[in-house]
Amino acid sequence: MKINIIKHRYWYFLFSLLIIIPGIIGYALWGLPLSIDFTSGSILEVRFEKGKAPQPAQVVALYTDYGFDSPRVQTAENDRLIIRSKDMPQTTKQAIVDEMQTRFNSTVTVDRFDTVGPTIGAQVTQRAFVAVALAALGILAYITFAFRKVNHAFRYGVAAIIAMIHDILVVISVQVFLSHFLGWEVDSLFLTALLTVIGFSVHDTIVVFDRLRENSMIYRRVPYETVVNHSIVQTLDRSIMTTFTVLLVLFILALFGGVTIRHFVIILFVGILSGAYSSIFDASPILVVWENREWRTWFKGKKPAPTATP
Amino acid sequence: MQRKYIFLLLIVLLVVIAVLVDLPNPPQAINSLMGRDVQPALGLDLRGGVQVLLQPSAGFEASNQNLQDASKILDNRSNALGVSEQVFQVIGSQYILGEFPGKTNTDQVVSILQQTGLLEFIDAGSTYLEPGTVVVTDVASSGSQPPSVQPTASASSSATPEAAPTETKVYHTVMTGADLKTVNVTSSSTDPNPYIAFTLTDSGASVFKDFTTQNVGKYLAIVLDKKVVSTPVIQNAITDGKGIIQGKYTVDSANQLATVLRFGSLPVPLEVAQSTLIGPSLGQDSLNKSITAGILAFIAIALLMLLYYRFPGLIATVALMIYVAISFAIFKLIPVTLTLPGIAGFVLSIGMAVDANVLIFERLKEELRGGRMLNQAIELGWKRAWLSIRDSNVSTLITCVILFWFGSQFGASIVKGFSLTLALGVLVSMFTAVVVTRSFLHLALDRIKFADHPKWFGL
Repeated sequence: MKINIIKHRYWYFLFSLLIIIPGIIGYALWGLPLSIDFTSGSILEVRFEKGKAPQPAQVVALYTDYGFDSPRVQTAENDRLIIRSKDMPQTTKQAIVDEMQTRFNSTVTVDRFDTVGPTIGAQVTQRAFVAVALAALGILAYITFAFRKVNHAFRYGVAAIIAMIHDILVVISVQVFLSHFLGWEVDSLFLTALLTVIGFSVHDTIVVFDRLRENSMIYRRVPYETVVNHSIVQTLDRSIMTTFTVLLVLFILALFGGVTIRHFVIILFVGILSGAYSSIFDASPILVVWENREWRTWFKGKKPAPTATP
Repeated sequence: MQRKYIFLLLIVLLVVIAVLVDLPNPPQAINSLMGRDVQPALGLDLRGGVQVLLQPSAGFEASNQNLQDASKILDNRSNALGVSEQVFQVIGSQYILGEFPGKTNTDQVVSILQQTGLLEFIDAGSTYLEPGTVVVTDVASSGSQPPSVQPTASASSSATPEAAPTETKVYHTVMTGADLKTVNVTSSSTDPNPYIAFTLTDSGASVFKDFTTQNVGKYLAIVLDKKVVSTPVIQNAITDGKGIIQGKYTVDSANQLATVLRFGSLPVPLEVAQSTLIGPSLGQDSLNKSITAGILAFIAIALLMLLYYRFPGLIATVALMIYVAISFAIFKLIPVTLTLPGIAGFVLSIGMAVDANVLIFERLKEELRGGRMLNQAIELGWKRAWLSIRDSNVSTLITCVILFWFGSQFGASIVKGFSLTLALGVLVSMFTAVVVTRSFLHLALDRIKFADHPKWFGL
């Protein structure tokens, strides 16, 4: 069985762009709604007696009476309400909960109350960028070191980082659409998911590269493209099996793991899928493009040089 | 070939220890070895409770020492007020994180934290008061205290048992901590014991002068939040507002007392930067759900492995069980606080553990297809897979370290818990893949002729 993945590399790049570019456009149009973790504010999650949960409009009116304009009220299962508002002191929260009890004639149980002040939000955002940059640098350094016996070890590091950025962009693109159409917010869990995806993305890429490292020692006279393709095909079983297992786990977590982590798990799902794709269809082909210096032909209206048959 | 039996013995030993630790009630020997009751530590999101992140109020700078002092004071104060299991820690350069498991009322917690603490000097007459005694005093609790707070309203009722009020005597408060100007720990050449030197404000000095002149030889108790800290004797009248407290102090205990005198009121005013309240029912619900999800995920993985890899898949499933047992034992021993994302990280790391096995088995299959003998194929497959396992896991570990750092900066225990469980999971999975899977494969397969049973290997 001969599978030639490298031959169609530009189609795979195109497919990646088909997801990323709409995401970027969506981001420019709609932006990403940041949760209170980054912007400051309060989330109050309350449970009412069965069937006694008020309409969101009634809650908005109640909040407005306390000087909190335009809170966002979301209804959830089991007579619960999730209310997001500006940063709120403890005493006001208690007053509001008491008022709910009397006004809606039901006992009100507070399941969750989060408040984030304005100063901390800005810092979290800033540090998150630093964290991603540091992770990328650390991984780049490690790969360059681990592949030091191969020609152009640095390229492997760069290709892995490009695949990683690809996965970040895919995850953000999907999040842009989920945010716009389903109202999902970017919170610290999203950030955790994103950072985990980075780890997995590189994990997957390295497994393919590792095979490439081994093969390029053995097949010194075979064209580079052939060796790359051979390495991808050899690791294909493993890539599919592992990705499938992890996705299965995530699927189960999404179904049974509870509402709190559902968004987190779904974002991970998207990211792991993207990570598997990019390790096979983006990272290794990039090495070939680099080896052939194909960018010299990109803008001359010519097709890339025909690839050697493996 | 003796080596494999040594490995096997090692594995069996490890598994036995891990399973003993994993038991809901671990044997006494393990508890006493660790010096505590070995139980899983559950995060606030799983058991419910209040988490508060404090920062110095706007316009105040705080050194790290200030924050350390403040967090110690808050801890003592919470203890005095009957809160239990609370944890305070300094986060980054300007935050203090307080966690109160099981609390459901944020207001109560915040009021404990925001009061500045009331330091009093009371007239104990001729009775020596043991440190820790709870007393009732006649000071008006408003005055210099923040008006919004009702300090120690519940102090006497919720006091810890060993500090129950001896009698309902009302002591006279001579002066409060507001009258202390400076406090220092010093020592002299004649007396090897360190002592505490203090100076008073003008108004404090005049009150102190009158009182000490009349009460030489009597006791003057130092009381913080209605609890006796120390009961020195008045040896001379203090007329110039400068005094010393002598006693059999060590450097540490003198410093400790000086800290109380100096910072009985907090070194910096604090305000709430972030607070989180998780109701207990939500926590319990999340815990149940993640346990269900974990079990289901494990069953699914085991089935997948068995169907696809057959005999090696069985070995992988056993290795995974060992992996789960060891990981959970480590979580309990360290202890790693299990949060919801932490459990997700752990379940996810099962996926990573599978990957190590998959890498080995795929290589094993390749070598078998290439016509190798079974035990050669195991050795080669393992050796060649090892580099992939090592490099890919190291990169995940790098990410974990950075996530952990990121989480530590903001008291984001969610991120910290996740990265810690994932990192531990990756490390243990490397161990099980390298030692357990390999030993088991050899042990079970060295005597089998592969050519007789290719189907066992999915070939």
